[in-house]
Amino acid sequence: SNPFEVKVNRQKFDILGRKTKNDVGLPGVSRSKAIKKRNQTLLKEYKEREKTNVFKDKRFGEYNTKITPEEKMIRRFALERQQNYGKKNIYNLNEDEELTHYGQSLAEIEKLNDIVDSDSDTEERGTLSAELTAAHFGGGGGLLRKKVSSEQQNEEEEKPKSRKELIEEMIAKSKQEKQERQTRRESALELTEKLDKDWKEIQTLIARKTPKSEKKDKEVEKPKPDEYDMIVRELGFEMKAKPSERLKTEEELAKEEQARLQKLEADRLRRMRGIDEEANKKRPSHMSADDLADGFILDKDDRRLLSYKDGKINIENEEEEGEEKEEEGEEEDDENEEESQEESASENEEVDAADCHSDLESDLESEEEAAGNKEEKKHKENENEPQNVEKLDPKREAAKSELPYTFAVPESYETFKSLLAGRSIEQQLIVLERIQKCNHPSLAVGNKAKLEKLFGFLLEYVGELATLDIPELRTIDRLVLPLYNLCQMFPEAASDSIRFILRDAAHDREEVIEVKGRATFPGLDTLIYLKIVSLLFPTSDFWHPVVTPAFMYMSQLLTKCRITTLQDVIKGLFICCLFLEYVSLSRRFVPELINFLLGVLHISLPKNQAQGYTVVHPFTPVGKNLELLLVCDKEDLKSWEKQNVPLSTVTRLKETSRTETNHTRLSCLALCFDLIKRCAALYESLPSFHEIMHPVKILLTRHVPVNEYPEKMQEWYHSALKELENKVKHYTPLICEKKKPVPLKQYTPKIVKVLEFGRKQAGSKKEQERKQLIQRHKRELKGAIREIRKDNQYLARMQLSEIMERDSARKRKVKELLGSLATQEGEWKAMKRKKWKN
Amino acid sequence: MAREAALAACLEAVLGSRSSANRVFELLEPLAGHEEPEDIVSAARTCSRLFGALLERRELFVGPLPDQDASLAESYSAEDKYRIWMRHRYRDCVGCLGELMGHEAFQVKELALCTLMKFVELEAQYPLIKIEWKGTLTFPCDLLKVVVDGLLPTDEDASLLISRFQEYLEYDDVRYFVMKAVTASIGQVMQKTKERPLPFYQQNVFSLISPINMPNKESEMVKFMVKQDNREELKLSRLQAHKQVFEKMWLTFLKHKLPTGLYKKVLVILHDSVLPYMNEPTLMMDFLTVAYGIGGAISLLALNGLFILIHQHNLEYPDFYKKLYSLLDPSIYHVKYRARFFHLTDLFLSSSHLPAYLVAAFIKRLSRLALTAPPEALLMIIPFICNLFRRHPACRVLVHRPGGPADMSEDPYVMEEEDPSKSRALESSLWEIQSLQNHYHPDVAKAAAVLNQSLSEMEDDISGLLELSAYELFDKEVKKKVVDVPLEFEQVRGLFGKKNDIFAEHFSLD
Repeated sequence: SNPFEVKVNRQKFDILGRKTKNDVGLPGVSRSKAIKKRNQTLLKEYKEREKTNVFKDKRFGEYNTKITPEEKMIRRFALERQQNYGKKNIYNLNEDEELTHYGQSLAEIEKLNDIVDSDSDTEERGTLSAELTAAHFGGGGGLLRKKVSSEQQNEEEEKPKSRKELIEEMIAKSKQEKQERQTRRESALELTEKLDKDWKEIQTLIARKTPKSEKKDKEVEKPKPDEYDMIVRELGFEMKAKPSERLKTEEELAKEEQARLQKLEADRLRRMRGIDEEANKKRPSHMSADDLADGFILDKDDRRLLSYKDGKINIENEEEEGEEKEEEGEEEDDENEEESQEESASENEEVDAADCHSDLESDLESEEEAAGNKEEKKHKENENEPQNVEKLDPKREAAKSELPYTFAVPESYETFKSLLAGRSIEQQLIVLERIQKCNHPSLAVGNKAKLEKLFGFLLEYVGELATLDIPELRTIDRLVLPLYNLCQMFPEAASDSIRFILRDAAHDREEVIEVKGRATFPGLDTLIYLKIVSLLFPTSDFWHPVVTPAFMYMSQLLTKCRITTLQDVIKGLFICCLFLEYVSLSRRFVPELINFLLGVLHISLPKNQAQGYTVVHPFTPVGKNLELLLVCDKEDLKSWEKQNVPLSTVTRLKETSRTETNHTRLSCLALCFDLIKRCAALYESLPSFHEIMHPVKILLTRHVPVNEYPEKMQEWYHSALKELENKVKHYTPLICEKKKPVPLKQYTPKIVKVLEFGRKQAGSKKEQERKQLIQRHKRELKGAIREIRKDNQYLARMQLSEIMERDSARKRKVKELLGSLATQEGEWKAMKRKKWKN
Repeated sequence: MAREAALAACLEAVLGSRSSANRVFELLEPLAGHEEPEDIVSAARTCSRLFGALLERRELFVGPLPDQDASLAESYSAEDKYRIWMRHRYRDCVGCLGELMGHEAFQVKELALCTLMKFVELEAQYPLIKIEWKGTLTFPCDLLKVVVDGLLPTDEDASLLISRFQEYLEYDDVRYFVMKAVTASIGQVMQKTKERPLPFYQQNVFSLISPINMPNKESEMVKFMVKQDNREELKLSRLQAHKQVFEKMWLTFLKHKLPTGLYKKVLVILHDSVLPYMNEPTLMMDFLTVAYGIGGAISLLALNGLFILIHQHNLEYPDFYKKLYSLLDPSIYHVKYRARFFHLTDLFLSSSHLPAYLVAAFIKRLSRLALTAPPEALLMIIPFICNLFRRHPACRVLVHRPGGPADMSEDPYVMEEEDPSKSRALESSLWEIQSLQNHYHPDVAKAAAVLNQSLSEMEDDISGLLELSAYELFDKEVKKKVVDVPLEFEQVRGLFGKKNDIFAEHFSLD
């Protein structure tokens, strides 16, 4: 362009890598652009400032740039047609009526005008000239012209079939085909159903019969599989090696497992020390792009890897797994089949349907096998009551066959309970497993939330079982497994529900303290919950969202709750055990534990003993709960045998004899000795171990009446004392960690990472953003002001030019008038002069 | 209703004409207390109205009351005889009401109290004592004595009635005379029992006198039940006199042996609502010294009062720190008054002039005892010990002894030694805190780890930690937001199925 029209913005320094946008300006061009734009907008507005009429363009989509012109045309056409549809032309009175002439439609006649003409041509009847036919039937397409003549006759028949009709025809055809197919399938289905029904009738007959008939008969009934069959089956079931993965030897497998465990253990240790918590937190876990975020992690391969040992396939593990699993496995298979069937047929889940469409044959077999197994086992176990077993078994089988394969996740606790009510432990477990399987998070969207709820229900159920009059601890023992599995699937939900339970329990206790001034130990359910916590979560962590509150809750129990009965002592000792278990790996120090054990020993002594120790709350040196564990009866002492304390005594103390109570007391005492021994072993490494254990030691050595105890108890006592005494006293003076020297001030330049030139880097990201916003706002404001100013200037210019124009026009007119007047005057004078002359 | 109408009629008659004055017995009869509570209440109301009117009309005899029989014989005018007779009835009524304050029904008690207080007010306004000179006190002390005696039964807890009475104690004159009456009452009652504590009586006295709200300045004393013109000259209007009575009352009360629970209650409020209002707080010294010597929680509580005496009244307490040192036993971390005790201990140990051996002994003892403390106490005591180190840098050898003997077979510190100077604390090190670095509670472990490093200059503020309760601690922990939850990787096998499970050895699932 013209170099005179270019303004160059001179750069002070040349900076490498910086892109400059505005090094050359074109003032002339931009000015003319601005003026042009104003001419189009501002000027227009200005000129129309006193006009109220507006011209509206209502053409469809005229200014809509999103629509392509083609589409725009189509839409406009459609709109036009829509407008005209149904609207009769007022001038066309009988549009629908057909005009006829001699019974023939006029329109038809008009169409076939030329043909009639040709008909009338008698000389060459039946033969039409090629040009004519081409003109009439060719449709204008040059390509068609050649074959038209040969297929003329056909063409005439098919002529009314337009493209649309053709398509319709096709659709109809396909529909028909589809229908046929469907009917075929339906009939097939019907047939299979019928077959199923028939089979079921027979099957029920068989099922009824088999248990009644003796086992021998059954074996006879079953045809013995011959060798060939067996081999074929074996081959069929034999695992096939896949080329993708190398076979792993047993050592390799073991190594892998070991590595996994080592990694987990290292992780646990790191958390236990609680060192790099922060460092760990900041790193976000990697998310794959394919991650569904459904919490489903396939952390171990379920498939059994093929391994060899001494050249033989290693399958011992399988057999060892136990017979129960077989049964379950088979049921799983059934389920999978069923699921796939369901998916293909896209049927609704039938929750309570007892007769699901499972593969009945294999089902029956498995059941039979299971029943057989059971029977055998039972026979071995209790041979003296065979009749009883026989009575039981058919019932059980009947109940088993009732167990449905699919379950919806219960929405409320009541439905959950009703689902499990009246079932045996095994069945309950199966039900739970099936619920989990059928509602796996990978199967449907809402399943995750549902299963998370299930964990809460299960916990509640466990609590309820524990609070029963006769606590069903065996059931709880088994239910721990599904709890563990659910917890592995949904750690957050599980931790939340357990924390909720703990918070409730602590809250209740606090309220009781406020009202009554003292607290009592909670029920067995809370104890069980605390135990479950230790099973589900790692208790060795430095801080853990569930375990730490549980720790504190237990600490409160040991310090705040009054001890008035033997049950309280048992509960307290249970919590002591829990504490020990919690800290068994991390070896953390629990003062409450030692205090409590000391107190328990204290209440096993006769009153008014000379003291060299102090007991702390909730035990008191004087008071009524003294001598709670004291046993004086010589015979009871003699007849005592160490036995495990049944947990059910916690909820209800059986009306037992004095002797039994005394025995329980002695068992508690033995437990206490054992706990002291364990504590001593655990806290050996603490620098003030001797100070911690000092009161216990004094009590053990000076006050405990060892000689009165039975021999077994003496053993417990001596082992505890030995553990306490054979520890070396070893003290080294403390030395502070050295202070890190404060670095001197240095004058090396501070190096800051520059991300973008011309931007201020100081401040946090948020502040930077704020600054940027402020700056942008400023710039925009300035720009707007400039624009407004320019607008005003432009308007003023326009007004001025208007005024000038008006003025000049007026001047011109005035001049004209004056001129014409002058000429008039001149003429008049001339005339006058003429007259004068004349 | 009929009953009430009859009573009303009776009242009308008695007030209307003196000829039917004998009907007053009809009114007094139900007050004997054998009737239904409702009847007693209505009778008491009527009596209150009757004698109120009579007092206002000045129809009761003024001056020392002569004997009833004597009055009839002697040469009083008929008018006087009527007045004397009526005054006797009034006395009967007051006596009945005084007894009714011991009735079972609270409704009756309350009404008796209110009626009596109404009489007190009226009598003060229309005195029944002859005003001999202008300064004569017109307040009916005897009547008030009846009320106070009614409020302080020896055989039941009257705290409800006493709380009803509190509103009257806002009057400065009533308060003054009540305090006097209480003093007299304690003297009488306790003398009879011969130093045997009367739990109910003392409890009642305590609940009556503990809420007494003494004025701070003389100008605040403006609320009197009886308006007297010459108030300024009277003793009644001087704060000094009030304080004296107050002091005397408390001293009399505390002179006698108190039950333990009450002892604690007294000590709890002593520094706040008793000591500041005494003319000579040092008179409490004996009481506090005895309390401090008792030991246990009572000693802890006595500390507060002693502190005020030492701090503000120059009390010299021999071996104070030794005594304080001996107060430290394992229970201090478990008692209810932990916060108060440590607040005061902090104050006592804040002086920078204390010898290092003493502070070191305290530090060592506190940390030794901390081995049995619950986490909430540990969270408080560790910063407390850190503060002591900051104040007394000489004690830092306890945590930093670079050139010490490498191996010791025994902790030099002697726990059993009573005298801090002989405890050899300065030769020891704080192994207890080092042990606490392994505490199960993460915050405690972190706090204990602070002592490994050199301490910062600034003292920690422990005032917020003093009141920390276990539940608060738990709540804080439970409310923490969870980011991720580590899980146990060991597969479970059952409730007691872990490796080497302790439970499996000692408990069974039956």
